Amino acid sequence: MTVTAPGETEFDAAAGWSLHPQVALRPEGFGALAYHYGNRRLVFLKSERLVSLVASLDRYDSAESALQALVDPGERGRYAAALARLAASQVIRVR
Amino acid sequence: MSADRRSGAPALRDDLERGLAAPICLTWELTYACNLACRHCLSSSGRRDPDELTAAEARAVVDELSAMQVFYVNIGGGEPMLRSDFFDLLAYSVANGVGVKFSTNGTRLTRARAVQLSALDYVDVQVSVDGATAAVNDAVRGPGSFAAATAAMGHLADAGFGRFKVSVVVTRHNLGQLDGLAALADRYGAQLRLTRLRPSGRGADTWEELHPTADQQRALYRWLLDRPDVLTGDSFFHLSALGEPLEGLNLCGAGRVVCLIDPVGDVYACPFVIHSEFLAGNVRDVGGFAGVWRGSPLFAALREPHSAGACASCGSYDACRGGCMAAKFFTGLPLDGPDPECVFGHGETALSVSAPATIPRPGADHSKTSRAGPVRLASPTRRPVHA
Repeated sequence: MTVTAPGETEFDAAAGWSLHPQVALRPEGFGALAYHYGNRRLVFLKSERLVSLVASLDRYDSAESALQALVDPGERGRYAAALARLAASQVIRVR
Repeated sequence: MSADRRSGAPALRDDLERGLAAPICLTWELTYACNLACRHCLSSSGRRDPDELTAAEARAVVDELSAMQVFYVNIGGGEPMLRSDFFDLLAYSVANGVGVKFSTNGTRLTRARAVQLSALDYVDVQVSVDGATAAVNDAVRGPGSFAAATAAMGHLADAGFGRFKVSVVVTRHNLGQLDGLAALADRYGAQLRLTRLRPSGRGADTWEELHPTADQQRALYRWLLDRPDVLTGDSFFHLSALGEPLEGLNLCGAGRVVCLIDPVGDVYACPFVIHSEFLAGNVRDVGGFAGVWRGSPLFAALREPHSAGACASCGSYDACRGGCMAAKFFTGLPLDGPDPECVFGHGETALSVSAPATIPRPGADHSKTSRAGPVRLASPTRRPVHA
């Protein structure tokens, strides 16, 4: 599955992904804040499900299998799009 | 701060208005000492406060910020480079995962300091100027300040620092120089950052004369929309009432996502409200900064839903949220009403009927010269000598 967020780079869900090593996650009531120490961008992860998905990406051989394991079928498209946006802002990267 | 999206997402804004676990935009004024005396200084800086946090206390603050995952701090003053432990604190902060953006007037930013700064990761520098020319800048910041600031910019560029910021408080006198300011930043490979003049600190006395006119504000709004690469620190969200929202969160973050730690450790709701009414506590209190952020009754109140008050009937309230709390407070306007620079003129109307006697005065004045003029001693035979 390949998802392209508007105006952004392609996201290869068949690849293995992980949190970018320069990114810190800070838990918040709505989910988490992600801060990238390299590009100094602050990104809002607006659900706890998305936070746990991002935090556990590196335990799955692909983003797709992480989505299958952690997200309900009806919501996978939405979460895949969210991962594509996070990939574009380098919160997550291919391992 | 760059969020991953423009605001206007009501759900996210509601979350932010209820307050975060820790600030995302924390200003830390390291010292009230300053070798300039800018006429609009938001912290009325000049003299060092004898009760300033010690080096050890400042490091303890960094430890707390690190534990709370405050990813970066905006360091200012006064002139922060006048603190003798400035570079130690910078290195300590960065080593503990707390990035630093600091504002300087450039007077102490020598060639050697620029080289030193270039070697540090996670440090951003903002050099302040308030005009594209010495004449306009120096009228506000003092004689020689433009030359000093541009020399510092040259040192940073020569040292290969990369994209530092040229930081400008927008006034009636420099608003016509926006293109010139952008060109100035370009010349040094820097990024332009514009912020709003508040009637805070010594700005309380100069706001009337310096704040942009209504026509200038509309011109500024259009200029900013055309240049999303110009940083604003979310400063001009009151202009979002003109239509398309400006880049940023577009809300008052005071006590919710923003706060100020002043040089003596006092914690205020935002950098523009140094006044006892917005004092939440002190980092020296039991529980430290975290205790203040999490437990202050003032901050709890600021995180409650706010009434739109007199703005409730305005169709643009959702865009500007009534504007800046500090701007209202120090012009004597009610906090649940229009901003003094409301783009529809509601603030000016309110100001024309507000009684001047009710206007609160900024606190913590460290100006070298009293605002009321020089103090005359009864019978001084000699000037007091400062050690």
